[in-house]
Amino acid sequence: MSDLTRDQLTHLAQLAHVNLTEEELDRMSGEVSKILDSVAKVQEVDTKHVMPTSHPIALTNVYRDDVVGPVLSQHEALTGAPEVEAGQFKVPAILHAEGDR
Amino acid sequence: MSPAEMIRLTALEMAEHLRAGTFTSVELTRAHFERINQVDGTADEGVHAFLHLNQDEALAVAAEVDAIRTAGGPEADELHPLAGVPIAIKDNIVTIGQPTTAASKILEGWMPPYDATVVRTIRAAKLPILGKTNLDEFAMGSTTEYSAYGVTRNPWDLNRAPGGSGGGSAAAVGAFMAPLALGSDTGGSIREPAAFTGTVGTKPTYGSVSRYGLIAMASSLDQIGPVTRTTADAAALHELIAGHDPKDSTSLHTQWNTLLEATTDQDLSGVRIGVLEEFQGPGFSAEIWEKFQETLDLLRDAGAEVTTVDCPHIPYALHAYYLIVPSEVSSNLARFDGIRYGNRVVPDGGGTVAEVMAATRAAGFGDEAKRRIMLGTFALSAGYVDAYYGTAQRVRTLVIQDLKHAFEHVDVLISPTTPTVAVKLGDQLEEPLSMYLNDVVTIPANLAGIPAISIPGGTAEHDMPVGLHIQGPAKSDATVYRVASAIEALIEAEQGKPFYDRAPEVPQVQGARS
Repeated sequence: MSDLTRDQLTHLAQLAHVNLTEEELDRMSGEVSKILDSVAKVQEVDTKHVMPTSHPIALTNVYRDDVVGPVLSQHEALTGAPEVEAGQFKVPAILHAEGDR
Repeated sequence: MSPAEMIRLTALEMAEHLRAGTFTSVELTRAHFERINQVDGTADEGVHAFLHLNQDEALAVAAEVDAIRTAGGPEADELHPLAGVPIAIKDNIVTIGQPTTAASKILEGWMPPYDATVVRTIRAAKLPILGKTNLDEFAMGSTTEYSAYGVTRNPWDLNRAPGGSGGGSAAAVGAFMAPLALGSDTGGSIREPAAFTGTVGTKPTYGSVSRYGLIAMASSLDQIGPVTRTTADAAALHELIAGHDPKDSTSLHTQWNTLLEATTDQDLSGVRIGVLEEFQGPGFSAEIWEKFQETLDLLRDAGAEVTTVDCPHIPYALHAYYLIVPSEVSSNLARFDGIRYGNRVVPDGGGTVAEVMAATRAAGFGDEAKRRIMLGTFALSAGYVDAYYGTAQRVRTLVIQDLKHAFEHVDVLISPTTPTVAVKLGDQLEEPLSMYLNDVVTIPANLAGIPAISIPGGTAEHDMPVGLHIQGPAKSDATVYRVASAIEALIEAEQGKPFYDRAPEVPQVQGARS
C-alpha cells in the first residue's frame, strides 16, 4: 500500500523547499496517495533482469570543441534578478542572525 | 483576396501567394491580428489562446520580407519558402523582447535575455511572430486549465477544453488566428490538443529539434514540434526547425530534409499498418472507436495491409510515465528559487534564503506543479527510489523493446489519439488521475523517443473532432508524414473538403482586446 501520510508529505515539502498550507497538506496527501496507488502498478511487471532507460535515443560522449562561444553579459544575466547589488545577485542571508528568532 | 479568405489558406498556400504577390506579408499578418482581435478575447471570454501579442515586431518583420521581395535580386531568391508566413509560439519557449511565463506565476513578466534556438531559426527565416500562446503551467496538464493566467477555450465549442498542455497553440491554429505554431510534447502536449481542436500536431523523433531555450519539464521526454492545420504544413515547419544544435546535447546529426517531399507521395498500397492489440475497443468512446473502424476500412480499400500487433507492456506505459515525469519535474523545477530570475516572495519579517525559497515556490507554483514536485520528490527519495523511479525506468525499457518488435512487422502503428472527445471545462479539474488518462495513447512515443503525429480523423460525440494517431520507429519521421498525408487525403476526398473547413464559426468577442 502506498499511502502517503500527512507527516511524510510535510517532510517532502521541506525537502523540496515548498511551503504547503494546512489545507494543501490535507488535500494533497490524499491526492498524491491516490496517484501513487495507480502508478505503483509498474511493480506488477517482472523487471528483475531489465536495464533501466534514462534516455530514449542512446548517445555516447557528446563533446564540443573547447572554445569560448557567445555568453550573456553580466548586465544581461542580471536583468531578470529579483534583487541586484554592485553587479551581483543579492541573496538573502543563509543563516539567521544571532539572537534573531 | 479578403483578410477573411487569407487566414483560411494553408501555410504553404500563403507562402505561394506571398511569392506570387497576390498579397503582402503585412496584409497577411494584419489579417491574423484582426482575427485575433475578433475571437481571442480574454481569460473571461473568447478563445484566449494568446498570453502576449507581438504586433509591432511581427509587422516590422512582415514589412522587411515585403521590402526584400519588392527589391528582388539574390536576397529575395534566398528567402526561406515560409518567409512572411506568421507563427505563434508556446509560452514555454524563450523569446527576447516578449515575456515568457510558462503560464506560471513564478515567471510572471519575465523577459528572457536570450532566444531559444528554434526562435533564432524562425527569426532567421523571417516568419513574423504573432505572440505567445497559453499552456498548462510548465506544460503540466491535458486541458490548459492549469494555466495561472486563465483557461483557453476550444474553438469548436467554447465550453470545452482545447486539450493540453499546448491548448493555446492548437486553439490559435484551429481558430485561424495563426497558420503555424510551435508546441512542446512531453506525453502528448502537441498531439492531444491537435485531436481536440481538429488540427495537426507532430512530436518529432527525440533529438530532431533543439530544445535549447525550451523551459524544461521532463528532459528525457520533452520535444518541440509543429502545430498546423495540414500534414504538409507540419512537415514544412518541422523541416525548418529541425537539425543539429551544439547547444542541446541530445540533438541528433540526422538530416531531416525529406519531410515535406514525403507528403506528396500518397500511395498506401503495401504500407503495413499495425493496430495495437492493447488499444482495442474498451477505453475509447463508442463513436471514436466506430470512426476509427471506418478509417481502417478506408485504409484497406486504399491497399494498405492492416494487422494487429502485440505490445504487452504498453498498458504500463502510463504508470511508468507518471513516475518518470514527476521525478524529472521535481529536479527541473528546483531552478525556480527566486534568486537569479523570476519572482521572489519574502516571508513576513524576512527570512533565510531557504525560507525565502520555500515561500517563493509556495506562492509561485500552482496545484499541479506542487503535486508533481511532491510525487517526484517521493519517487526519488532514499528507500523508495528503486521501487518507484527505478522500476519505471526498467518498464520504460520494456515498452521500447515492445515497440521495436512491433516495428519489425509494421511500418507504422495507428489508433485514435484520445479515449474521448474534448472534455467540458472543469470536468477533470478536481480529478488529476482521470486527466492523466487522456494521454494513454500518446505517452509510449515519448517513452521510446519515436515520431508521432495526430491528424483529424473525423468527428464523434457532440460533433467534436477526433484525432488519428500515427507513430513509426525512431527517425522515421518522413514515413509518418507520408502515411499521415495519405490518410488525410483519403478523408478529405471522402468528405469533399479539408477537415478544417468543417469547423463551426467561432463566436466573436464583445469588446476588442486591449
